[in-house]
Amino acid sequence: MTTDTINESLADDHHGDSHDHKMTGIKRWLYTTNHKDIGTLYLWFSFIMLLTGGALAMVIRAELFQPGLQIVEPDFFNQLTTTHGLIMVFGAIMPAFTGFANWMLPMMIGAPDMALPRMNNWSFWILPFAFAILISSFFMESGAPNFGWTFYAPLSTTYSNGSTAFFVFAVHIMGISSIMGAINIVVTIMNLRAPGMTYMKMPLFVWTFFITAYLLIAVMPVLAGVVTMLLTDTYFGTSFFDAAGGGDPVMFQHIFWFFGHPEVYIMILPAFGIVSTIIPAFARKKLFGYSSMVYATASIALLSFIVWAHHMFTTGMPLFGELFFMYCTMLIAVPTGVKVFNWVATMWRGSMTFEMPMMFSIAFVILFTIGGFSGLMLAMTPIDFQYHDTYFVVAHFHYVLVTGSLFSIFAGTYYWLPKWTGHMYSESLAKWHFWCSIISVNLLFFPMHFLGLAGMPRRIPDYALQFADFNKWVSIGGFAFGLSQLIFLAVVLKCIKGGEKAPAKPWDGAEGLEWEVASPAPYHTFSTPPKVD
Amino acid sequence: MNEQAKSNNKVIKKLVLTVFAMFGFGFALVPLYDVFCDITGLNGKTNTAAATYDDDGIDTSRSIKVQFITRNAKAVPWQFKPVINEIVVHPGEMKFVNFYAKNESKRAIVGQAVPSVSPGLAANYFQKIECFCFTQQPLQAGEEVEMGLQFYVDRDLPDDISTLTLSYTLYDISDKADS
Repeated sequence: MTTDTINESLADDHHGDSHDHKMTGIKRWLYTTNHKDIGTLYLWFSFIMLLTGGALAMVIRAELFQPGLQIVEPDFFNQLTTTHGLIMVFGAIMPAFTGFANWMLPMMIGAPDMALPRMNNWSFWILPFAFAILISSFFMESGAPNFGWTFYAPLSTTYSNGSTAFFVFAVHIMGISSIMGAINIVVTIMNLRAPGMTYMKMPLFVWTFFITAYLLIAVMPVLAGVVTMLLTDTYFGTSFFDAAGGGDPVMFQHIFWFFGHPEVYIMILPAFGIVSTIIPAFARKKLFGYSSMVYATASIALLSFIVWAHHMFTTGMPLFGELFFMYCTMLIAVPTGVKVFNWVATMWRGSMTFEMPMMFSIAFVILFTIGGFSGLMLAMTPIDFQYHDTYFVVAHFHYVLVTGSLFSIFAGTYYWLPKWTGHMYSESLAKWHFWCSIISVNLLFFPMHFLGLAGMPRRIPDYALQFADFNKWVSIGGFAFGLSQLIFLAVVLKCIKGGEKAPAKPWDGAEGLEWEVASPAPYHTFSTPPKVD
Repeated sequence: MNEQAKSNNKVIKKLVLTVFAMFGFGFALVPLYDVFCDITGLNGKTNTAAATYDDDGIDTSRSIKVQFITRNAKAVPWQFKPVINEIVVHPGEMKFVNFYAKNESKRAIVGQAVPSVSPGLAANYFQKIECFCFTQQPLQAGEEVEMGLQFYVDRDLPDDISTLTLSYTLYDISDKADS
């Protein structure tokens, strides 16, 4: 089968050269319907957003470097934390995964492109406008949104600084973009799989994106609904969340977290897929427990719909509610534990080598598990009353989102860079990126656990003197982690410009159809579907 | 390829329908939430219409302390306070208490008091026969008023509850008030 497909793809390549209507300059990128081009756009966009959100975090950490107010006003501090969260969630992590989906899904299932290429173009190109709207509010009289990325009513309605409309329309556009991306992924996976590729033969990467896309389709419209209610409450006199008119601000939290909890799995399930692809390749063993991985992913997705109120334990829920949401939340640890077990079992007695994709994946397994455990601690209702709204929560979700999602994105980038660019990345520079990142990220986030346990609240620009030493170290870790990402930029740019020529399959243990086309992947691949047995 | 487009369209139609259904579901959560809280008695919301007093006798074996607190939302320029801060009642016993309000600003303001009972599960057992919170309260500049609340505590109040706190939050609804 291998030689057949390579020959076929070579033929494709030739075909591509002669009939290639690739436009030049900016028009190529504006009008492109090619999944690889759009994937590249998504990835670069998310990297720019990562640096933007990161820059905001640098100002936050500079302010928190020592107690007292030095650099920014408290109101501006709130704008920083809010937009940092929004940009990282909707601008950095989610588009990066959509970028991976665009680049890799068609190649992994042997499809010539995504099923809906024009919509694909549109779903990318509305994103920059969404973030232009959001970020432009920094330069307005009102200032940027300052009510936290969770935009609780009445902070975002009655007490809004006037930025609510900009915020709402930005979120609407991001939501439309995500929904279109998700529809595209589902249709592609359902209809464009190569003959012979049954659902249970799909790579796990494909499975996780498939399930994530369904989650997006289910909850992004609820987000659109809740921000619409916010808009009418603020500007058109409705009272969804206003007790004066018979509404209820606690209901806002229920609807928001009904979206918000599946959202956190939207940001981690694709990471599971990437890591589950990389670990078998460098352990040179098949993924341990493939079908249990599929079922674990699906059950995490289903459970995510019935745990939302664990974000709201302190709102005065009755005991029964607290117990229900506590037990359901802890239940999620079971399928997640299955996954961690399977990754470790895949490495067990494997012939492991430690190239950068593998290093980031191992770091992911260890550090994501730390984030998972702190999540389990937060799930316990009585303990949550102490941890709620402290730096412990900040430590928890940065462990799962930075050393979880972001590290999986780094791992995936190193893994597929040779396929994307046709060159091997510089291993020594990548090692610098890895070690600088891993040391600084732990210096940045680990002490936050202790700060939270000692009672330091989140989203506050000043703090008691007893927290000063830890915050200094956290800030130093933060600056170092931020700067380390410039090394990553250097690695990627260097790899695009040149470097050792990459073979079609640079990793000897790698599996999957994407390695059967040349490196760099030709503009058009699998115009005739490969045969999978 | 046409075959392909047809089967794509089938999937797309279903997915787009799901998107709209979930958008609707977000809004459906609003009435569902009210119904759910109403049935389970969660959330501390009391009934918004007058209850009728069913004369099934007074349970003198139990004494319930009812506390009254008030709060002005977003600096409504009214003085608003209970005339007495707490009262001890037997379940089934009807009581009448007054709340005092004075508009201390120089303009007419329509106020609306929104009640909430803590613990939340007791809300369904706190029965208001007459309450100023059922109506809007227009007060001219400098005008003052005593507003009445007639209530009883249901005999079925769970045994583990011995204190009820009734909290009123006063909102300025001048721009939303019915003329």
